Amino acid sequence: MNGKQSGYLDMELLRFTTAGSVDDGKSTLIGRLLYDSKAIFDDQLEAIERASERIGNEEVNLALLTDGLRAEREQGITIDVAYRYFATPKRKFIIADTPGHIQYTRNMVTGASTANVALILVDARQGVLEQTLRHAYIASLLQIPHIIVCVNKMDLVDFSQATFDAIQKDLKTKTASLPVKDIRYVPISALLGDNVVDASQNMPWYPGPTLMSLLENIYISDDINHQNFRFPVQYVVRPQAKDWHDYRGYAGRVVSGSVKVGDKVTVLPSGFSSTVKTIDFYKETLQEASAPQSVTITLNDDIDISRGDMLVKELDHPQVNQDIDMMICWFNERKLVPRGKYIIRHTSAEAKCMIKEVVFKVNINTMKENSDDKEVGMNDIARIAIRTTKPLFFDSYQMNRETGSIILVDEGTNETVAAGMII
Amino acid sequence: MKQQINHLRELEAESIFVLREVAAQFERPAMLFSGGKDSIVMYHLALKAFYPAKVPFPLLHIDTGHNFQETLDFRDWLMQETGGKCIVRYVQDSIDKGRATEEKGYNASRNKLQTVTLLDALEELKVDAAMGGGRRDEEKARAKERFFSHRDEFGQWDPKNQRPELWNLFNGRKHMGEHFRVFPISNWTEMDVWQYILLENIALPNLYFTHKREVFNRDGVWMATAPYMKLKDSEVPEIRDVRCRTIGDVTCTGLTLSTANSLEDIIHEVASSRVTERGGRADDKRSESAMEDRKREGYF
Repeated sequence: MNGKQSGYLDMELLRFTTAGSVDDGKSTLIGRLLYDSKAIFDDQLEAIERASERIGNEEVNLALLTDGLRAEREQGITIDVAYRYFATPKRKFIIADTPGHIQYTRNMVTGASTANVALILVDARQGVLEQTLRHAYIASLLQIPHIIVCVNKMDLVDFSQATFDAIQKDLKTKTASLPVKDIRYVPISALLGDNVVDASQNMPWYPGPTLMSLLENIYISDDINHQNFRFPVQYVVRPQAKDWHDYRGYAGRVVSGSVKVGDKVTVLPSGFSSTVKTIDFYKETLQEASAPQSVTITLNDDIDISRGDMLVKELDHPQVNQDIDMMICWFNERKLVPRGKYIIRHTSAEAKCMIKEVVFKVNINTMKENSDDKEVGMNDIARIAIRTTKPLFFDSYQMNRETGSIILVDEGTNETVAAGMII
Repeated sequence: MKQQINHLRELEAESIFVLREVAAQFERPAMLFSGGKDSIVMYHLALKAFYPAKVPFPLLHIDTGHNFQETLDFRDWLMQETGGKCIVRYVQDSIDKGRATEEKGYNASRNKLQTVTLLDALEELKVDAAMGGGRRDEEKARAKERFFSHRDEFGQWDPKNQRPELWNLFNGRKHMGEHFRVFPISNWTEMDVWQYILLENIALPNLYFTHKREVFNRDGVWMATAPYMKLKDSEVPEIRDVRCRTIGDVTCTGLTLSTANSLEDIIHEVASSRVTERGGRADDKRSESAMEDRKREGYF
C-alpha cells in the first residue's frame, strides 16, 4: 500500500450534526463540504444538474444532494435526519443533517445524541434568531462537546466584519448561561465556498481556520469518558460445542473507561465480585479493552450474569437507584401522561417506570423554566422524576453520555416517545 | 490511559454492537445474503460478534435465477467453510405460483420481483428481524434509513414516520405480524468496506477481480451476456477484461473495464473513481425516486 492508503487506515471518526433554519443554507453548506472535499461523484452531480434544471434553478442546487425523499424535493425542505459521509486524509466524517423548523426538534435531538460537534448556522442578514438559540440550547442539553457557529451568507452582507462581530457578541451574551465548553465562530459563504474548505479571499480580516480545518483538527479524543469502566452485558455467548464446553462469555461494548485482564470487577445488580479471566475478540485474546470496543469478557468465577447486568470496577460504582431525575425531550403526538407507565431502556437494560412528577417545562425560546405549565407534548423539553420497577445502574449524563441516557417507549404503540438525560 | 482506535475499528465495534442487539432483542432474526461484498462483510462481522459460538441466526438468499454462477458457488463455499446455514428461496417459484409477473422487454429484470419472494420468505420463516447490508452512502433514500427500521404488517417502510434513534439505544419492540429491517453497516462507505476487507483479509467472489468475460455495451454500460439477456441489433458481444464493482443480478449489474487483480488495486481504483458504485446499476436509473419507491414496497 502506498502512504496515502495506509494513512486512511489511521483516520479518526468524527460525527457532527448540523442545525439551521429552513433558509439558512444548511443543505447548501453540506453540499459544499461534500463537493469541495470531492465526495461527490460525477453521476450524482449529473443527477442534481438534471433535477436543478427541472425545478427551475439557475445554478446547480447543491442542496438537492441531501434532500433525499420525494416529499422533500417537492416541498424544498428537509423532513428527517439524513446521514452523509465524506473523508479527508485526516478524518472520516459522519454528518447527521437535521431539519431546523420547530416541529422537528425531535430530529435535532436525535442527530445531536451521537455528535462530537454541532454546526449551528446563522444567516448573516438575520442575525441571532429564536431558532439559533433553540439549537444552541439543544446542543448544550445533549452535551455536544464542541459547537461551531457558522455565520453564513456573508456574501450578502458585503463580507462585513462589523456584522460578523455583532452576531458573535450577541450570541455570546445570549448563551452565556449555557454550559457549553467549546464554541467557535466562522464567517462563511456556503454558496460561494468562502471559508468552507478554502480560506476566503473576501474576508482577509478573519485570521482563523476554515470550517473544514476546524473539523479536521478539533481535539475529540477526550469526548468519551476514559475514567469510569462500564460494561453493560448485551448477550451471553455459550457455544454448544465440545471444544468450548465450559465457555461462558459476556459480550458487550465497553461504553466508557477500560479494563485489563486480572482486574477486579463487580457484577451489578447482584454485587458479586470476580476478576477478569480473558478479554476475547474473535480469535484474538486482548490484554486490555477500552471504549468504544466491542469484546467478550470471561470471568474467573462462575456467576449468574445475563443481559441487562453491568460489569464495573470494584472501587468505581455507578449510582444504583429506582428513583431517577432527568431532562427529557418528548417525541410523540400523544402527550406525556402524568403518573403514566412507560417502558424505559437504559444501556442493555429494560424496565418499566412511572412518571412521578413533571418538575418544570423549559420554554425553549427563552430558555426559562416554567413550573406552572406541566403539559408535555411533542417537541417539549421538561424535567421529570420517575420511579422504575427495578434499580438501574447509571451515571449523570454530564459524566457519561452512554450510561446517563435513556429512552421511554409507549407500551401500547411501541413507539419511542421520549429521550432522557439523567441529572 | 487511552487507546485510540481508528475509524474502521470503530465502525466494526458499532456493527458488532448492532448485531448482538438483534440476537438479543428478536426471536427469529435472519441475515439477508446476496453474495455481494457488503453482505459478505456483514456476515464476517457476525462471525466475530458471536465467536466462539456459531452465528445464532440463518442467512437467507433470494435467488432470482439471474445470479452470476460465481456468486452461488462462493455462497456455498462460504457456508461450508464457516459452518453457516443459508436458506434459499427462488423468484422462479414465485413466478410459477403466479405471485409475481416477469417483466418484458430488453431491460427486463427480476430485481423488483424479488421483493415478492423476500416478503413471502420472511412470512414463511416467521422472521422478525431481517438484517441487510444496505449502507446509507449508497443512495439518497437510504441516507434516511435507521439501524432498526420498523416495517408494518405489509412489510412497508414509511419514511415519514420512522422511530427516532438516539445514542445506542435501539427500540426493537413490535406488534404481532410486524418486523424490522436492520442495517448493521449503515455507517460504512464503499471505501470503508474495501479497506476493511483488506485489513481483515476477507475472501470475495472472483467476480470482483479482473477476468475475461463476454460483454456488450448498452447505453454506455458494460453488461454480461447470458441466455436470458436479449441483445438489440446494435449490441455486439465481445470479450473484455472486466470486474464487478457491485454484484447484483446479471440483468442489472454494470461491469467495469478493469485490470485490477488485487485488493490494493481495487482500493486505488475506487479512490480515483468519479462515478458511484450504483452508477452502474440500471435498477436505480429508472427514476429519480426509484430506490425510495422500491423501499416503500419492502425492497432492501
